[in-house]
Amino acid sequence: MKELLGATGLVFNEPLLWEQGKKGRSGYSLPRRDVDSSPLDAKEVGSGPDFPDLSELDVVRHFTRLSQWNFGVDSGMYPLGSCTMKYNPKTNERQASLRGFAAAHPLLPAELSQGVLRMMFDLQQHLGEITGLPAVSLQPAAGAHGELSGMMIVRAFHQDTGTPRSKILIPDTAHGTNPASAALCGFTPIPVESNEQGVLSPEHVASVMDDDTAGIMVTNPNTLGLFEEHIREIADIIHDRGGLVYVDGANMNAVMGIVSMGEIGVDVMHLNLHKTFSTPHGGGGPGSGPVCVRAELEPFLPVPRITKKGQKYSLSEEYPKSIGRLQAFYGNVGVLVKAYSYVLSMGRDLKQASQLAVLNANYVRKKLTGVFHLPYDRPCMHECVFSDKNQEENRVSTLDMAKRLMDYGFHPPTIYFPLVVHGAIMIEPTECESKETLDLFVDACRKIAEEARENPALLHDAPTKPRARRMNETEAARRPCLAG
Amino acid sequence: MRYFPHTAEDIEEMLQEIGLKSLDDLFAQIPEECRKAGDLVLPGPLTEWELNDHMDALAGEMAVSPEYRIFLGGGSYSHFVPEVVRQLLLRSEFYTAYTPYQPEISQGTLQAIYEYQTLTTRLLGMDVANASMYDGASALAEALLMAIRNTKRKKVAVSRLVHPLYRQVVQTYLSAPGFEVEEIPFQEDGTTDLSSLEDLKEYAAVAVQSPNFFGCIEDLEAQGKRIHTDQKTLFVVAFTEPLAYGLLKSPGEQGADIACGEGQSLGIPQSFGGPGLGMFAARQKFVRNMPGRLVGRTTDRDGNQGFVLTLATREQHIRRERATSNICSNHGLCALAVTMYMACVGGTGLRELAQLNHDKAEYLKKGLQNVGARIPFAVPTFNEFVIQVPGGLTKVRRRLLEKKIVAGVDISPFYAEFPEHYLLCATETNTREDMDALIEEVGS
Repeated sequence: MKELLGATGLVFNEPLLWEQGKKGRSGYSLPRRDVDSSPLDAKEVGSGPDFPDLSELDVVRHFTRLSQWNFGVDSGMYPLGSCTMKYNPKTNERQASLRGFAAAHPLLPAELSQGVLRMMFDLQQHLGEITGLPAVSLQPAAGAHGELSGMMIVRAFHQDTGTPRSKILIPDTAHGTNPASAALCGFTPIPVESNEQGVLSPEHVASVMDDDTAGIMVTNPNTLGLFEEHIREIADIIHDRGGLVYVDGANMNAVMGIVSMGEIGVDVMHLNLHKTFSTPHGGGGPGSGPVCVRAELEPFLPVPRITKKGQKYSLSEEYPKSIGRLQAFYGNVGVLVKAYSYVLSMGRDLKQASQLAVLNANYVRKKLTGVFHLPYDRPCMHECVFSDKNQEENRVSTLDMAKRLMDYGFHPPTIYFPLVVHGAIMIEPTECESKETLDLFVDACRKIAEEARENPALLHDAPTKPRARRMNETEAARRPCLAG
Repeated sequence: MRYFPHTAEDIEEMLQEIGLKSLDDLFAQIPEECRKAGDLVLPGPLTEWELNDHMDALAGEMAVSPEYRIFLGGGSYSHFVPEVVRQLLLRSEFYTAYTPYQPEISQGTLQAIYEYQTLTTRLLGMDVANASMYDGASALAEALLMAIRNTKRKKVAVSRLVHPLYRQVVQTYLSAPGFEVEEIPFQEDGTTDLSSLEDLKEYAAVAVQSPNFFGCIEDLEAQGKRIHTDQKTLFVVAFTEPLAYGLLKSPGEQGADIACGEGQSLGIPQSFGGPGLGMFAARQKFVRNMPGRLVGRTTDRDGNQGFVLTLATREQHIRRERATSNICSNHGLCALAVTMYMACVGGTGLRELAQLNHDKAEYLKKGLQNVGARIPFAVPTFNEFVIQVPGGLTKVRRRLLEKKIVAGVDISPFYAEFPEHYLLCATETNTREDMDALIEEVGS
């Protein structure tokens, strides 16, 4: 193995914000007062928030030091399965910060906001082309928000036909949020087991589908990184009983330009722009989760919708069957600008992104076969799922190995998910990693597997190189301290 | 494509390793009948430079300051954002990181969220705040769902002076699982009239916004007392302009059980309405029933202070369909921006800034009154207010537009009883000169 990626270096200790500063300091250039003071009635006035007063440099050092305790995609490989931690292009940040977008008020008259409306309209068209589901709303703020809108659309569709339904099928290889999103719409989630190959069997779906079931909520490719190869037949089964097929599109990065969801019987899906379309995860958000539907379901999409007459764009609320509004305004427009920039930068190369993402995942799968246990030993899509079964005899767990990867300079994969694999290690390299980086990652994994055999204590103690060691999470939950 | 590192040789070697001949072979698992017919029809690919030109052109079609002078509020506010905030947010260790599930290498995000939670509780006068939600409207909807879980009652009451678009979002969220939303009327002075609520036992929560949609400051204290005559009913205070609490009494000190609303004002670009920040805080006793992520303080193996995501058993990935919400993210980077902003402005600064905002709006209000505009609501306001101009503002607005002044949100689509009434807003970004120009046009 070449020189280790993970190294130690100088980082700084940094107290909490309110443990520093002094009354009278300021890090803000107070705008000039050009009007008289107009005091409010004393009964309205409070004592003002107890915030620290800091100088500008205090603030700059504080957050710079904090940032150095973090690992981001820009720091190193971030192979979190199902999270698609691809590179976040710098140019996208430039575009979103253009004043015309960043300073735009959402209640500007349409004639003064043509640029952003056109951008959004065109992005909808492009996402419609990519998914094969032509009617798109950009309003949902995140993947789970997209799921919620999608489920609301399914519910509204059945209500509109006069026969509301109460259940929804959710496979055991679906994303973790799906049951909660369905439940928020009043549906009872019915779990559906996948078969020995890790995919749904049409026979099984047929046996659980009935006239009170609104449809199926399937993640495709699923969380085992496998394409639901019987999706067409399953869609027919669901449709024959009057149901709808919802696809959680969080894993769309595997199949852009390769599968058209509209052509294979999907009725509703959401996309995660912060996964497939390169917008940054931001340490937990903001994301964006557009919902895409087939033309017949368009009336149910959230309002407002963007309409185009001639070359003029405007916002319209005149959709009486719509599920309603999901955010005060129109979605996370700042995020949409980045996704739009990505689509334009990529064009038809989006297909190549999917090809290379699948290539990288299969390369890692092949290289790590035998090192880690591979519960479903078959070619994968954009991610591959291993387990810690080979290391059990050494009393080394997935968690230990994940933590040890940090010492080697890698962010750990997604762990303990999907639940169908005990001790799951879910690796999604994305198309952005080079063969050299993948080789380093594979070497690190091999080395860790070796350590598991020869010196398990090293893994139990890991990580040792980051500034923080393993945290006492039990204590945090038992006696919650959520504010200082 | 510069985002792909693969050379033809790399691809060849990797395929060989896998035992395949072509990239197409990678997709053998996908049956032929599921393959997309034909290629994607998309514009591009654009070079970086072509993209810049294209985006500059689109952005150039937007009416923004300084070319335009904007007097719009109604849930999105123009405030100066220090350059410090913009640049620190571009520390890519922050913005290219995922949710901090691996605390050892996410302490930067975690400590910052802990600081955000703390400053939020201090601003709102509450005990606990979550790590943030999507926006003010969805935070309000989640607050009402939380009250429904907490009280096992199926109806909530929401003031008609809560932002109309927030009320629409509440309707969307609550009607899907079959809950009822009742609207509370308002009085002539522009504040909520709780007297119509006869039996509080029917309501899981009563929600009021202050400053409300008309900019009017509500008497939260009196309302809280009235609502708490029923022990179970939750008093939910919503807001769209949190800067107001730099000056006004906080929701917490006036009896709020939950305070929630939009944080955009505190350092987040307006970006045509999103992303914003759903701020959400509650009293301590509700902590295990709250939606959203929470960061808690703990220690690591060496006994050093550290932070982790905690109380996850409330959340969707553990409790699945019985979770307190389906939300599985927060608006982390927006919460970080707000933390940086609050750190820059500081306690002293926030009070001065809030006072300045109030004074600017008062200047505009008085100036417009002096040229004949009517102020229909008598109670004090913060940052925004409703006006009616004799003969209507619609014509004047057209004239203003020619001078590149955009003033007023028409409230009549939401309040049919107030035709030709407009909501005007002034903040620290509007100069006296600009306000004088607006006043002069309205008066002429």
